[in-house]
Amino acid sequence: MYESRLDMGTPMPLKIGMPVTLTVDGRPVTVTAGASVMRAAAEAGIKVPKLCATDSLDAFGSCRVCLVEIEGRKGYPASCTTEVEDGMVVHTQSRELDELRSNVVELYVSDHPLECDTCSANGDCELQDVAASLGVESSRYGMNGAGHQQAARDDSNPYFAFDPSQCIVCYRCVRACDDIQGTFALTVDGRGFASKIVAGQAQSFMDSDCVSCGACVDHCPTEALIEKPVMQKGQPDRSITTTCAYCGVGCSFHAELKDGEVLRMVPDQQGQANEGHACIKGRFAFGYATHKDRITRPMIRENINDPWREVSWEEAFSYTAERFRAIQQEYGPDSIGGITSSRCTNEETYLVQKMVRAAFGNNNVDTCARVCHSPTGYGLKTTLGESAGTQAFNSVASADLVMVMGANPSDAHPVFASRLKRRLREGAQLIVADPRRIELVSSAHIKADHHLALRPGSNVAFINAMAHVVVTEGLEDAAFIEARCESGPYQKWREFISGEQNSPETTERITGIPASELRAAARLFATAPNAAIYYGLGVSEHSQGSTTVMGIANLAMATGNLGREGVGVNPLRGQNNVQGSCDMGSFPHELPGYRHISDASVRSLFEQEWNTQLRPEPGLRIPNMFDASISGNFKGLYVQGEDVAQSDPNTHHVEKALQSLECLVVQDIFLNETARFAHVLLPGSSFLEKNGTFTNAERRISMVRKAIEPLAGLEDWEVTMALSNALGYPMNYGHPSEIMDEIARLTPTFQGVSYAKLDRLGSIQWPCNDEAPEGTPTMHVDEFVRGKGYFAITGFVPTDERATRKYPLLMTTGRILSQYNVGAQTRRTANSEFYAEDILEIHPFDAEERGISEGDWCGIVSRAGETVLRAVLTDRVQPGVVYTTFHFPSSGANVITTDNSDWATNCPEYKVTAVQVSHVSEPSEWQKEYRDFARRQEELLEKARV
Amino acid sequence: MQEVQQLAKMANQIADNFSFHDDAVDRISDHIKRFWAPSMQRKLIEFDQSGEAELKPEVRAALKTLGTD
Ligand code: SF4
Ligand code: SF4
Ligand code: SF4
Ligand code: FES
Repeated sequence: MYESRLDMGTPMPLKIGMPVTLTVDGRPVTVTAGASVMRAAAEAGIKVPKLCATDSLDAFGSCRVCLVEIEGRKGYPASCTTEVEDGMVVHTQSRELDELRSNVVELYVSDHPLECDTCSANGDCELQDVAASLGVESSRYGMNGAGHQQAARDDSNPYFAFDPSQCIVCYRCVRACDDIQGTFALTVDGRGFASKIVAGQAQSFMDSDCVSCGACVDHCPTEALIEKPVMQKGQPDRSITTTCAYCGVGCSFHAELKDGEVLRMVPDQQGQANEGHACIKGRFAFGYATHKDRITRPMIRENINDPWREVSWEEAFSYTAERFRAIQQEYGPDSIGGITSSRCTNEETYLVQKMVRAAFGNNNVDTCARVCHSPTGYGLKTTLGESAGTQAFNSVASADLVMVMGANPSDAHPVFASRLKRRLREGAQLIVADPRRIELVSSAHIKADHHLALRPGSNVAFINAMAHVVVTEGLEDAAFIEARCESGPYQKWREFISGEQNSPETTERITGIPASELRAAARLFATAPNAAIYYGLGVSEHSQGSTTVMGIANLAMATGNLGREGVGVNPLRGQNNVQGSCDMGSFPHELPGYRHISDASVRSLFEQEWNTQLRPEPGLRIPNMFDASISGNFKGLYVQGEDVAQSDPNTHHVEKALQSLECLVVQDIFLNETARFAHVLLPGSSFLEKNGTFTNAERRISMVRKAIEPLAGLEDWEVTMALSNALGYPMNYGHPSEIMDEIARLTPTFQGVSYAKLDRLGSIQWPCNDEAPEGTPTMHVDEFVRGKGYFAITGFVPTDERATRKYPLLMTTGRILSQYNVGAQTRRTANSEFYAEDILEIHPFDAEERGISEGDWCGIVSRAGETVLRAVLTDRVQPGVVYTTFHFPSSGANVITTDNSDWATNCPEYKVTAVQVSHVSEPSEWQKEYRDFARRQEELLEKARV
Repeated sequence: MQEVQQLAKMANQIADNFSFHDDAVDRISDHIKRFWAPSMQRKLIEFDQSGEAELKPEVRAALKTLGTD
């Protein structure tokens, strides 16, 4: 068994104080003021027995095992709750202490089966350790404590069990749920020896408010809360530190294995993005990696109605290369392209764009960020000079006011949500701008100061009105603007924004936000010492997504909220490596590091390193590829780890485009929706099967480390490399670290990044170069990346997608905690027990008007298409707005979304679709066709496997 | 929607969003140059020349500047 990390017992004090020197068991030790005696002892290498204390939770002082003697003090104070003092002389060992501690432990043991040899926590139980260290083997109080021994085990959660008979009521789980996760799902019922832990209103874990983050399990010192795989298979024997492959928080984990199988993912206490916390997805939903649906052999077929044929890797590569070259011969060099993945590593993404530019010989490369955060890239580059968020996540700890706009962190970025909630419970104020009443608006011990329930499609009008109030009420930070921003554009912007068309009174008709409430919110924002903005896809996925991003940057500049901790413009990225895939040159107009392809000096750098000629004009973006495919002049596409058939808008259009291709190559771990239209299927490797790096929403580059061998034999970067070689463009990397070295050579913001440094520092926030050798947590500190900040004019242009008589409701889309994106991974885990189908949220008024009751099937029709979902009646959505998620392919949420897109970047307008909803009795035509098509494709796959 | 119609719609949208600027035509043309593949630019120009495209005057003016430098 490997050794887990040293627990210091109590946390480092939040504020580093004066050094304090004391003596523990004769050893002098110096710690910061505010530290506990227990922590000082640990620093001196002395372990004081403890049960209720752990260094990720504030001390609680309930177990009385950690007693010590302090000279000059009476009694035996608990070392976890006693603060150090200069000159203190502490003794942690004495006969009296041993006796007192043994006494306490015997009491625990009397109500706790000491069957350590057969217990699955054997070797990982703090009670066992403490009892052993004190020589306690049985209890003078008998072994039949009535408190817990008979209590039944709660197995309701698919991932962990709660066995009250093992519980010592140390409150660690309760405190973890309250202080770290912020869900407050656990309480202690009863008093003294009879007290016990209960979930919710004495419910099972599954029926309670528990969101399965696992924090209670991580903090439980015994086996009372334990992961089921550990229960069944025993303690892990190996651990490897890696990064979550789900959302853009990028949590660091220890993948713990036994006999080569991953048993559990334990959040890394040293993880700089997550500080030891996790959510249900990263913590528990990794089983998909070994799911039986995994594709493990390359396959090819001539036609999408043919059965698949398993072939060798070599044949798959040469077949693909021949098809692609033949297509280029016939239709021209620009007739093929590639799509990189935000779920793959930086190194893999870099290689795909390199292959497209160097081997395909064009710039037809794009990434799924096109459909999520491309407006962030455009908007932040234009205003601030860099296409990235400005802060580290822990910067929120210094925010006095947080505005969350078009984001739902509780579901989509749960670990950040927990961090944010902690700050809100400490007293920071909160403005939520969202059409829907997201969980943050009102949850345990949190209430938003303002919930501005704006209408879908009115973001620009809203953000302009906020700035209008700031400017016209004299709430600007004039000194900041003067020192940090370009004067000419600012003056023009000031004139524009002061215009009556941007006043809250005028925009009220557009946004639906009462002018007085908006004014109050704007004042609150402008007068907070530190105001931070966090936003998500509810900002970017609009016809004016880029404009809203610029509006957000304008507001932050106008109020001086950039360039220090606690403030900033913070896009919450959807997928784990959206930031990285954008950084790596995945866009058709940009080389790595966001440098335009038309820049001859940049191009020549790459041309020398890559030994090739690069084209100077931008290539096609994903929607342009689809349009060109339907027109007949785009014929070949290589898609790595993306599922455009499900995730991209206007499914009919996408399907037609995919069917028009002559050679579609999909590299994925499953036969995803896109792969059903493919001619070549290259098995992908999951994050557990490869080495590389991910870059999270705070620009943090973290290592992904191989825990198990790739099921299909190759890591994804090796597949791209081999394909490039088959195409005649040589690539010869021995390890992803060599790819990172090349990225560092070519990209100024990555210049100082290397695997050796990542191993040393844990993670690095770019820019990392000579000026910032260890990275840059906060950007734009003394000046903006572009020099002076640029105030962009952000005129409101209403979307074409408006509620009409025919389509009177506005549909918007979002995510749910337990499912991830297109669901290909999470649907193949027990997470589906939490959310088994996409549903339509509709306001009771709108439902009643249509004769729709809870659970009814609703037909949803837009000008793009029609689908059917089950109704959930809720006032979370306002009248006139309906809401759904898109995690299940058969729901066809994107059959309804349209081909409207952001004016600057073509990012689809997922968040606004005018629809009509009616009560129906059967699935839509598309759904029936989908079912048939999916079944047929599964059969064709089965044939290959037999 | 056909590809050329989609391109026309995109160009008009770009024009709408730059309509708050005095130098809208330059901005439109610069934007298209920076972000559109040459094939897209060509198709839109041809569509415009066919006389069937419904394009804003600023887009037409911007298209004239494309390919000239
Ligand atoms: S899993 Fe998380 S939410 Fe559920 S009880 Fe434990 S700490 Fe609370
Ligand atoms: S379940 Fe575990 S963490 Fe919670 S009180 Fe019991 S022993 Fe402590
Ligand atoms: S899904 Fe996001 S929040 Fe959850 S563990 Fe993974 S990175 Fe962390
Ligand atoms: S560890 Fe100090 S009282 Fe429990």
